[in-house]
Amino acid sequence: METIYLLIVLAPLLGAIVAGLFGGRIGRGASHWVTSSGVGLSALLSLYVLFGFVTGGLEVFNGAVYTWMVSDGLRMEIGFLVDQLTAVMLVVVTFVSFCVHIYTIGYMAHDEENWPGESLAGSNSYQRFFAYISLFTFSMLMLVMSNNFMQLFFGWEAVGLVSYLLIGFWSVRETAIFANLKAFLVNRVGDFGFILGIGAVAMYFGSIDYAEVFARAPELANTQINVWGDESWSLMTLICVLLFIGAMGKSAQVPLHVWLPDSMEGPTPISALIHAATMVTAGVFMVARMSPLYELSETALTFVLVIGATTALFTGLIGIVQNDIKRVVAYSTLSQLGYMMVALGVSAYAAGIFHLMTHAFFKALLFLAAGSVIIGMHHDQDIRNMGGIKKYMPVTYWTSLLGSLALIGFPGFSGFFSKDAIIEAVHFSTIAGSGYAYFAVLAGVFITALYSFRMFFLVFHGTGPRDEHAKAHLHESPKVVTVPLVLLAIPSVLIGFFTMEGMLFGEWFRDVLFVLPQHDTLARLGEGVHGPVSMVAHGFAGFALYFAAAGVFAAWYIYMKRPEIAERIKSRFGIVHRILDKKYFFDELYQALFAGGSRGIGKLLWSLGDRILIDGLIINGSAKAVGVVAGWARNIQTGMLYHYAIAMILGLLLLLTWFVI
Amino acid sequence: MIALSDYLILGAILFSLSIAGIFLNRKNVIILLMCIELMLLAVNINFVAFSHFLGDSAGQVFVFFILTVAAAEAAIGLAILVVLFRNRRSINVDDLDALKG
Amino acid sequence: MTFELIVFYLFSAILVASATMVITRRNPVHSALFLVLAFFSCAAIWMLAEAEFLAIVLVLVYVGAVMVLFLFVVMMLDIDVATMKAGFIRYLPVGLLVTLAMLIEIFLVVGADNFGLDKFPSPAPAAADYNNTESLGNVLYTAYMYQFELAAVILLVAIIAAIGLTLRKRSGTEVRQQDPSRQVKVKKGPDRVRLVKMEAQD
Repeated sequence: METIYLLIVLAPLLGAIVAGLFGGRIGRGASHWVTSSGVGLSALLSLYVLFGFVTGGLEVFNGAVYTWMVSDGLRMEIGFLVDQLTAVMLVVVTFVSFCVHIYTIGYMAHDEENWPGESLAGSNSYQRFFAYISLFTFSMLMLVMSNNFMQLFFGWEAVGLVSYLLIGFWSVRETAIFANLKAFLVNRVGDFGFILGIGAVAMYFGSIDYAEVFARAPELANTQINVWGDESWSLMTLICVLLFIGAMGKSAQVPLHVWLPDSMEGPTPISALIHAATMVTAGVFMVARMSPLYELSETALTFVLVIGATTALFTGLIGIVQNDIKRVVAYSTLSQLGYMMVALGVSAYAAGIFHLMTHAFFKALLFLAAGSVIIGMHHDQDIRNMGGIKKYMPVTYWTSLLGSLALIGFPGFSGFFSKDAIIEAVHFSTIAGSGYAYFAVLAGVFITALYSFRMFFLVFHGTGPRDEHAKAHLHESPKVVTVPLVLLAIPSVLIGFFTMEGMLFGEWFRDVLFVLPQHDTLARLGEGVHGPVSMVAHGFAGFALYFAAAGVFAAWYIYMKRPEIAERIKSRFGIVHRILDKKYFFDELYQALFAGGSRGIGKLLWSLGDRILIDGLIINGSAKAVGVVAGWARNIQTGMLYHYAIAMILGLLLLLTWFVI
Repeated sequence: MIALSDYLILGAILFSLSIAGIFLNRKNVIILLMCIELMLLAVNINFVAFSHFLGDSAGQVFVFFILTVAAAEAAIGLAILVVLFRNRRSINVDDLDALKG
Repeated sequence: MTFELIVFYLFSAILVASATMVITRRNPVHSALFLVLAFFSCAAIWMLAEAEFLAIVLVLVYVGAVMVLFLFVVMMLDIDVATMKAGFIRYLPVGLLVTLAMLIEIFLVVGADNFGLDKFPSPAPAAADYNNTESLGNVLYTAYMYQFELAAVILLVAIIAAIGLTLRKRSGTEVRQQDPSRQVKVKKGPDRVRLVKMEAQD
């Protein structure tokens, strides 16, 4: 089995190396073949592994494949932990990645048009792109398959690096460079907490291996430590909150969410793969993986819950006022990530992972559909310029309808099961903050439906594109684009129905996710639900479904039936609209406070420290002092022999005087 | 009887005279060289006197060496002087300021 | 006042007077000649101090060689005496001041209080068969052998340096010069002997 696991990880890496280093030589066709087949192989093997677990033919694998070093008893290894959680993630990552690879062949086919003709950076950009997404797949697989914190951190940073490279893929665009730098810097804030958390784990557990850490966790549950001063902190809370700060950066939770919308500067395939389906869910996966730690700190769970609920509600609100098709989907992603965090906060880890999985499929679908529309609109991304695309792009239309329905939780669709499970789990939860979270997720349902269908109606229905030129060229995207859409639409609709029983209430995650009995909200939910049909029936009894319906209706009424209402609301609630449009002024705040502050400090250090102190005083000052002293001493050196003789004689006189006296 | 102090005072007078000579003839390199010879002579007088009064011939050995070095110095100094005069048509010390910074 | 003392004062007076003349004469030739006189009187004083060998060496080496060299150079060079003496009067006061200060200070150190006869009694005169040259040679060729050889090397270096400094190649065709390297390279035969056919004369 170890060979298969190694193959899953290394096949994309091999593809990335071949396409990245020899892409120029082997050409475009060979590059996308080698990377796609590498990821395809990984996907097939991942499916094999998943079926092995489903049929019970596979044991949980936990072992090291390579010991990097042993330092003071701390073993640093490359190792794999493959259990049910990993298997799910493997399939999600490789499947979505495979679809994105196929899709990219179509999406990037005319990439050279995006570069200025003379740009050297644009040469081989097609091959480079494939190398990056394959490298990303490798990094993400390393992350989900790791059995220790070091490899987790490696994967964590590697996906961050590839994300940075891909957001700024079109490096000749100023906005892209700004966005990737922003993503990188905001992620550093999160990673700062993350590495501190890992450091705390290594310090108090003496190990960074998952199994050993989890085994020792209960005995350290009540440890109090002094970070500074006399204030004592719970060790578990500290570790969990620090690790979660890392997750906040990677999974774009408020207030570190600002990078994700800007990351839409990258090409759409990677928005789907990295910034919707996989990388941003790394935080969710990490918290779920650390469930034995998080369960021991209710404070940390509340922290997760409140952050998640805030993200779910408030970023969704922003989505309503956005006009860039990709940004709407991006804010939707933020909101859905908030839902996952809420699930983790109420100890419904299984629901969080379940939502992660369903979301990966339907959000990747939505992104790729948005990309398809963007291809059709010749890279115009403003939804106000679109409309009536339905009849030009039927496949895109139907797949996005399915994706949107799954997103808003239409009964029976995969999103319905996962989202409803989260809402109900919050409902059953008793930990601090759950009331607020319940309100937030319920309101979020309405908002999700509103913005999703606002976009859907504006893009696909109504009058045609305003630009006649664009209209003339509008046609369905090629097969390489539509096939992945269909491929993703199938699980978006169906996967929830078939897997919810096992994943949420069954045996699947029993040995993987650790939940204390008093926190087990899913079990309480499970008492009333028996199978997917009963879940659907249960859904009709709750509020969420009606909120979603109301959202769809409101979207239809406001944006289709009476478009003037939208304008009137906009003018009536100008301040609210402005606040939402400006995304609660987070960007402005960070720009002014952190970016401006650090630039101010930098400028101060530069002008005072560098220029005045170091340059002026130490370097030029010492040189100048030498010059001045030398200029003064030079006057003594007349070059006249008798002056030296007189100096000697006077010196002799002084010496004599000293002897005499 | 001649006292040691007599010799030493004679040396001191000779030494002081040569210093005065350096002050007064600061332009003429030849006289400067002569003054240096005089100065060495004064030192030699002291050596000889101490050697005589302390009964140690080491002082006379030193005088011997000083005479050797002084002869060498005079030879090289005069050679330099000749070359200098050949190049500058002058032995004026004021003209020798190539060392000036 | 013993005879020795009279001789000492006499030669001392000559020495100081001639030294004064050395530094005050306008003409360097006069200065050099007075320097010769000073060396002579000094040699006489060294005789009184029973340093006969050094006294003879002083006369032979200094008067015979070094001072002749001085005279030779002085006369060879065409020195503008007038400009050389410029500033003599101007620097007289400060020169005298420094000299006097130094003289007084040295007197304070080496005066009769510290080095008088009561402190350093005059040694007994050497025996009749005492040979200053021999005793000096005994020391010089044993204890100071190494330094003696060094002195020899210094003299050799001085000779080479003096020749190296003053030797120059004269340009111009009228100056005939030898080229040792070409002379060495001369081979038997045509280099040495050149046979020239001539018409026989009656």
